[in-house]
Amino acid sequence: MACTLPIEITVNGRRRALEVAVHHTLLDVLRDDLELTGTKECCLVGECGACTVMVNGRIVDSCLMLAVEADGADIVTVEGLAREGELSPLQEAFLDKGAVQCGFCTPGQLVAAQALLAANPHPTPEEVQEGLSGNLCRCACYVQITEAVMAAAEGAPK
Amino acid sequence: MSAFKVGASPWRVGGDARVTGHQEYVADMHLPGELHAKLVTLPVARARIAHIDKSAAERVPGVRIVLTADDLPQPVPRYGPQFKDRPVLAVGETKYHGEPVAAVAADTKDAAEAAARLVRVEYEELPALFTIAAALDPAAPLVQDPALRPGDPLAASNVIRVHRVGWGDVDAVPADLVIENSYSFPIVTHFAIEPHAYMAAPDGDGIAVWSTIQHPYWLQRIMAGILGLPLSKVRVIAPDPGGGFGGKQQIKYEPVVAFMAIRANRPVRLVLTLEETFQAVRRAAAEVHVRTGVRSDGTLAYQDIEADYLIGAYVDIADRVVNKGSYVAAGPYRMPAARIVARGILSHTVPSTAFRGFGNPQVNWAVESNLDEAARALGIDRLELRLRNLAHKGEAFIPWDTPADGDWEQTVRKAGELVGWGKPLPAGHGRGIAIGIKSGPTTGLSYSTVRLLADGSVIVYAGTSDMGQGARTVFAQIAAQELGAPQDWVMVVMGDTAIVPYDAQTSASRSTVLMGNSVLKACRSIQAQLRTMAARLHGVDEALITVDRGVVKLPDRELTILEVLKPGLGALGGELTGNGETRKDAEPGHPLQGAPAFFEFNCTAIEASVDEGTGDVTIVRHVTVSDVGKAINPLQVRMQDEGAAIMGLGHTLMEHYIFDETGRVRNLGAIDYRIPTSMDLPLELHSETVENADGPGPYGAKGMSEGALLCVSAAVAAAVREASGVVIRDLPLSPERVWRALQERDGQTAGRNEP
Amino acid sequence: MYTFAYERPATLAEAVALLDAHGPDARLLAGGTDLIIRLRDGSAHPAVVIDVKRIAEINSTIREENGTVTIGAAAVVADIATSEPVRRHFEALADAAAVVGSVQIRNRATLAGNICNASPAADTAPALLVYGAAVVAVGPKGTRRIPIDEFFVRSGVTTLDRGELVTAIELPIPSHRTGAVHLRRTRRRGHDLASVTLCCAVDETGVTRLAYGSVGPRPVLRVDESGTLADPDAPASAKAPILERMFAGASPSVRSMRAGPDYRLAMLRVLGSRAVQMAIERLAAKRQVEA
Repeated sequence: MACTLPIEITVNGRRRALEVAVHHTLLDVLRDDLELTGTKECCLVGECGACTVMVNGRIVDSCLMLAVEADGADIVTVEGLAREGELSPLQEAFLDKGAVQCGFCTPGQLVAAQALLAANPHPTPEEVQEGLSGNLCRCACYVQITEAVMAAAEGAPK
Repeated sequence: MSAFKVGASPWRVGGDARVTGHQEYVADMHLPGELHAKLVTLPVARARIAHIDKSAAERVPGVRIVLTADDLPQPVPRYGPQFKDRPVLAVGETKYHGEPVAAVAADTKDAAEAAARLVRVEYEELPALFTIAAALDPAAPLVQDPALRPGDPLAASNVIRVHRVGWGDVDAVPADLVIENSYSFPIVTHFAIEPHAYMAAPDGDGIAVWSTIQHPYWLQRIMAGILGLPLSKVRVIAPDPGGGFGGKQQIKYEPVVAFMAIRANRPVRLVLTLEETFQAVRRAAAEVHVRTGVRSDGTLAYQDIEADYLIGAYVDIADRVVNKGSYVAAGPYRMPAARIVARGILSHTVPSTAFRGFGNPQVNWAVESNLDEAARALGIDRLELRLRNLAHKGEAFIPWDTPADGDWEQTVRKAGELVGWGKPLPAGHGRGIAIGIKSGPTTGLSYSTVRLLADGSVIVYAGTSDMGQGARTVFAQIAAQELGAPQDWVMVVMGDTAIVPYDAQTSASRSTVLMGNSVLKACRSIQAQLRTMAARLHGVDEALITVDRGVVKLPDRELTILEVLKPGLGALGGELTGNGETRKDAEPGHPLQGAPAFFEFNCTAIEASVDEGTGDVTIVRHVTVSDVGKAINPLQVRMQDEGAAIMGLGHTLMEHYIFDETGRVRNLGAIDYRIPTSMDLPLELHSETVENADGPGPYGAKGMSEGALLCVSAAVAAAVREASGVVIRDLPLSPERVWRALQERDGQTAGRNEP
Repeated sequence: MYTFAYERPATLAEAVALLDAHGPDARLLAGGTDLIIRLRDGSAHPAVVIDVKRIAEINSTIREENGTVTIGAAAVVADIATSEPVRRHFEALADAAAVVGSVQIRNRATLAGNICNASPAADTAPALLVYGAAVVAVGPKGTRRIPIDEFFVRSGVTTLDRGELVTAIELPIPSHRTGAVHLRRTRRRGHDLASVTLCCAVDETGVTRLAYGSVGPRPVLRVDESGTLADPDAPASAKAPILERMFAGASPSVRSMRAGPDYRLAMLRVLGSRAVQMAIERLAAKRQVEA
């Protein structure tokens, strides 16, 4: 009954070719078809940011994007942030500053923060808070998350 | 990175998996052959079910089961932590907007969704009760069948229980001034970022259940009862939840998932949407009427408190919330007389359950706000009034109960200092200060097993649920400290009733104290075995040997634990095992069934400004100070306190369920239920602790993590009052509500001219 | 989510043909930030979803040429907020774009999609009205330009005909120096839907243009040519009646969850007078800089 279409996407540097149902979102396909469960499902209306991934270098709510729209795109998920088992400076900063409590929002926060630092390597705390305002944290680690991003930024070459 | 010992802040155990996306939550788990489930609910607050037609749903390809109450054992099993009132599926009537009336299990999520839409329910909408006044009206329908409460004189009403606590005679104690007001606290919900999720699978002749549950052993007990299985054949696997805040403490839809799994003889998984989660759990709303008697010298005479809590259609743990939450309503003050009458009122709404603060925030909002008004009426500084009446350490403030267990004055003075109490304020700014107190666990039982392996590494088994508060890390720190294990050599195993020994529950900020003590005792048992070993190896009297932080001290030398363990175990190798038990027995006759093991005590001080044009409240400075005994992991303590503070700002400034005129919730989901984002923080947030090592937990620790939420509202409202003159007694203080209060203050109706 | 047929036309002609053939059974997909939500909750149940993002003649660029800034229908709100020509000539539109949802939303939501969704609370609408935008629509009968103040009917409804889709939005560069600002009311500082959204522009000839949304079925534009509102020295008592006349058309919903009607009307006034003042200040600052 459902229509399917073939798509090709690059996920965390790896080319994937798959057949997807047209009404499935990118979030559905990442979690269910590709078994990359690091990206989380929560509000499904683009409010909480738990499903944040990078598409062609920009963060989006993957729950609001059909998988077929991602055909040909370059996707980065939380699983792609560490290189060969080495945590990125941002991931280390999150652990160091206590920016992780229950951890459910953490993948989305990390991807959003990674994109923010790529575009703005030395943000102010206000810019970090605004840049990550699309990522809800009910444990309310916001202060620690901001500190972590600032610490990672500080460690980066000027 | 801090060292792995008590008082340091090493990286969170389990943090690595969380930052790499490899942490597995229930919704990330899959079993071969699994079916996907979907609940069927009605779009009304209350309905009589006439007929359910499953035929269209059953014809959807891939659908295996369409389950209604008729398919369950008869009479339909009822369950709940306090009363066995909730049916596995609605029987004859849905009693709240979102109560499941059927459930579907199919090969794919799409098929389950499609089938759920095709289940045709013929129903008749019935009038629903969703306010306290409506539920208490003598002509109101009964939410619950009186037959569920045989012999209960209240069964013919919507009051589930009345809890009375008091001492002295409030009508006889002289007071120079009486302040009397009514306050209200809205319905809010937990909104953990992880929605609830469950999975069940036949497991030999038993069953395995995965759940986002905070109390795995409690769930196990109830499931065993419903399914008629011995505990040993019910395995509950409880991965670390993605936030709980109390909403995941109690059983919810595990039974219906289990029945489907048994029927299909396949695993069945159910992941709730966020909307369904809002329809599954919430905090009790409350209307609190307070009469405070004070003397002109600023001493308190009495508190006369009536607290009505609006609970849901099924009791869940709400009666305990009413009982425990109202118990310390009079506050941590010297109080000649008090009368507290607290009632849980049933209604046709989502069952209310435990939520951080457990019934205390609702009364605290009222009582601390009233104290503020009393101070103003007397012309006494609001901080000074509190200090004047605050119980001293060792002094009972509830005559028969655990006395004040901290130097609370220290906490209050620190908060006052940090907010700059008494210093000049810019125009349009105000300050407020409030005190929060909550009883810790009143009964409890936690077992821990610790294994010291042959190479000096350690495994700790603890049945606590780590939902973000960092329990794993705390236990690892204790074990590392006591057994001298290096960083990353301690593994903590939790969340599996088949492997981990019994823990009553994770709630009431209990785990550092109760389970922490058990871990400590287990480690001490291993230390005793090491002393015996060392005595044997070195021919020394055991009584002359001590083990302290991984160092074995003999009269003439010091050895590492490994230097004793390796030769001690010998060629066969092996390990040492220690067990620890912490038990706090019930005290029959005590209003809470037991005295509190400790108190959580917090003082919150706020500086706020009000935009007189729009009603926006800006939290300029938010100070929160908690009396914690000992911070085993200072960073985690700070994170919990700041998180609780911000969560408190949520229900203070923006959160509430909005109902339509029939009792349906209008703002389900994330678009119209607002919680604080990273842009909604106070301009300055300061959290501090007082640590006097005077708690009953390891190294003098007390429990914490709820304190910093308790009194946020009263402190904010007091600051708003000072800033603008408006008094608001109903939460939340949204911009619109503050604006209305400003209009009233100015005697305006609609519209104002901007100067 | 119900399933549907997914079309990805490569040319405008194909897209128009599809739209015309299916009419109300088809929905256009640009950024998806409105449509996907509706597909999931069932409030939209199209047989066909037409993805506009591969159409050759539709682009995502923002170009300044011959006195006009043209925003392609696929241009995302994030790029509009940071676009140099938009910041320079249409500062209030850039400000409005910067508060549409979160970064994640702004990276997908298109301006065209925003206006076609026609929510009365759309934050970009008041600025588009104030700046006199024109919507370029292509349909079976060809191309036409619809002035923005003839575009919105009510929530979800525009004056586009069957088979028409938006290919670009054109903004004429103001011929006079203008100071403009966008203000709105929300329930929290974090991203939110507005309960009042308002844009005010004051130009050096003394004309004030004020547009507001979320207080009626569609956003509304009012113009004051008397010079009084724009006059920094005119007293509040002189400005108030003019503003009152501008707000006379407001009719906020009584059913809305987000704000009560009396609060919205009051905030219209509060934001309106603040916006006039800020627009005046912005114009003055420009005059100083360019003097």
